[in-house]
Amino acid sequence: MTTAIGTKKMTLVQAVTDGLRTMMKEHDDVIVLGEDVGKNGGVFRATDGLYDEFGEARVIDTPLAESGIIGTSIGLAINGFRPVAEIQFFGFIYPAFNQIMTHATRIRSRTLGAFTVPMVIRAPYGAGVRAPEIHSDSVEALFTQMPGIKVVVPSNPYDAKGLLIASIEDPDPVLFLEPMRHYRSSKMDVPEGKYTVEIGKGARRKEGEDVTVIAYGAMMDVAVKAAEKAEKQGISVDLIDLRTLYPLDKDLIAESVQKTGRVVIVHEAPSTGGLGDTIISLINDTSFLYMRAPIERVTGFDTPVPMFSLENDYLPNEKRVFDAIQKVIRF
Amino acid sequence: MEERFPMLQIVNGNGEVVDEAYRSELTEELTKELYTKMLRIRLFDRKGVNLQRQGRIGTYVPFEGQEASQVGSAMAMGEGDWMFPTYRDHGATLTFGHSLKTMFLYWKGRHEGCLPPEGKKIFPPAVPIASQLLHATGAAWAEKMKGTDRASIVYFGDGATSEGDFHEGLNFASVFNVPVIFFNQNNGFAISVPMHKQMKAKTIAQKALGYDIEGIRIDGNDAFAVYFHTKKAVERARNGGGPTLIEAVTWRYGAHTTSDDPSKYRDQSETEIRRKTTDPVLRLERFMKNENMWDEKWAKQLEEELTAEIEEAVNEMENEPDANINDMFDYVFESNPWPIEEQKEAFMAGRGE
Ligand SMILES: Cc1ncc(C[n+]2csc(CCOP(=O)(O)OP(=O)(O)O)c2C)c(N)n1
Ligand SMILES: [Mg+2]
Repeated sequence: MTTAIGTKKMTLVQAVTDGLRTMMKEHDDVIVLGEDVGKNGGVFRATDGLYDEFGEARVIDTPLAESGIIGTSIGLAINGFRPVAEIQFFGFIYPAFNQIMTHATRIRSRTLGAFTVPMVIRAPYGAGVRAPEIHSDSVEALFTQMPGIKVVVPSNPYDAKGLLIASIEDPDPVLFLEPMRHYRSSKMDVPEGKYTVEIGKGARRKEGEDVTVIAYGAMMDVAVKAAEKAEKQGISVDLIDLRTLYPLDKDLIAESVQKTGRVVIVHEAPSTGGLGDTIISLINDTSFLYMRAPIERVTGFDTPVPMFSLENDYLPNEKRVFDAIQKVIRF
Repeated sequence: MEERFPMLQIVNGNGEVVDEAYRSELTEELTKELYTKMLRIRLFDRKGVNLQRQGRIGTYVPFEGQEASQVGSAMAMGEGDWMFPTYRDHGATLTFGHSLKTMFLYWKGRHEGCLPPEGKKIFPPAVPIASQLLHATGAAWAEKMKGTDRASIVYFGDGATSEGDFHEGLNFASVFNVPVIFFNQNNGFAISVPMHKQMKAKTIAQKALGYDIEGIRIDGNDAFAVYFHTKKAVERARNGGGPTLIEAVTWRYGAHTTSDDPSKYRDQSETEIRRKTTDPVLRLERFMKNENMWDEKWAKQLEEELTAEIEEAVNEMENEPDANINDMFDYVFESNPWPIEEQKEAFMAGRGE
């Protein structure tokens, strides 16, 4: 449902704040909690102004404890609230892993729906901003493999707000990953008021015939640039922004792949067990007979994200994606 | 609880001795060593902030204001002991023998920055809050099992006491009577969150009670108090007396990191007052003046020498060859499993190597 009126130019991080504000205004049961989210407005200012607007009872600076934040959010969620918990950086979610894996994601199925956890976990993720160690992880696949949690990753301000509102409205736990690198990289018209982007639906960013490029989050930029370069050389690219990583947009992927028969998948997470593997399985299941070339993956490596002096080598770049496009075309 | 855990002080902000029991131990030699080491890391710290502003290193984490805590505690440790710092404790590691150049390299995003000097048991800084308390406990436990008299010291902040790992570390150390010093620098804030929002407890030292271990609270800006009380705890640990939780009450003057803006959450005038009243370096200067140990010429020359040493380290950092791309692939395991080897080969081929 859309009650949006005008639009406003916003960065991705401002769109996140706007999504939170929109939902908090409308619903008293939506609360925000996490480290430094209150007075400070979050280390990236994602909750800027909310503390002043909604007060410390709804915008809560918690003690420094991720397991505590998520564990208590579960308790809040089963008892009438819709907590939006911020994990300051995705790489600091690990102390909360137990709470997410053993409780948040299973309570509905353990109790056959008697208890549910309508909770959103927000976290900035990804490399490329010369951050200190552990601040650059991209471990979304640890969560897409986890039964019982949806995983979404917007790549632009419009989707960020719409997906965040959809996530807060969702009756189940949603992990909402924010591409840190693109928090402020560009502005875009974002509707004021409430609108949603449906969870589980990807978006086609370019229409093309020769090759499907699939990416999400911070890698969309790299994919767009590589696609533009390919197009200058006469290769037309069908470019897909997944937006939701679980559940994947099976129809969109199948439709595109059946048209092009050639696929390049891009993510900055490590290769083994990454989303690329899952997408290849999906293509195998839906479109095997349409394939004209082996699928290429351009990903991070099976290494920890290195310290920032080497992070540009770790991250997929335009050249690596372009090379992969050429490879599947020339096969 | 504040009465039960009074803030121990030996020399107050005016540089006056307030605990006479220690007077004979406050020698000129010790005083000058403390002063030298504190000034050295203060100059390093200011350089770090400047280098970040000029874009010559990445995000930097300053510790100015916490020099007495870091120097006093590190000096209380001995050869062969272990040190487990956080991202804010390079003052302690530098005092314990880390090299200036290596520390700069760390903040330049170089893996070389995680390497301790030969023979020094200094772990890389822990970034995930409180995780290192358990490592320190394990390493000290190993020393105990091996029958040595070596101990560990582990640094962490006030915010870290909220993490589960803090409590697990104290409990393991208590249960197994491990020779580890839990050295807390209570600088009043965890990024923007003040201590009173982090915990209802008025002291951190009192958390020792729950684990039935020693707990003390000291003036973390009094280098003598930090040095002598930590030393006592280390000696107790060496003699089988088990762990100690030390709360060193201090203050960070600057931002949480160079990416942080403290004016969002606190009044920086507090810092300006503290610079004049509780500053750890100034306190030693006042003490030396009171005791007729101060020599203006000595102090000036010392600052020049330390500045030159730091500049030299900056040069070395900047003349270091670029990071080696192989380092990303070749140290994940002792030898590369095939996926890493194949990824490495493909990557090198793609760059034309
Ligand atoms: C597990 C984890 N969560 C969050 C962070 C982000 N973070 C870095 S420092 C910090 C505050 C730490 O405060 P404190 O323990 O008092 O130490 P101080 O920084 O004041 O020295 C936070 C929340 C982190 N590094 N690790
Ligand atoms: Mg602190």
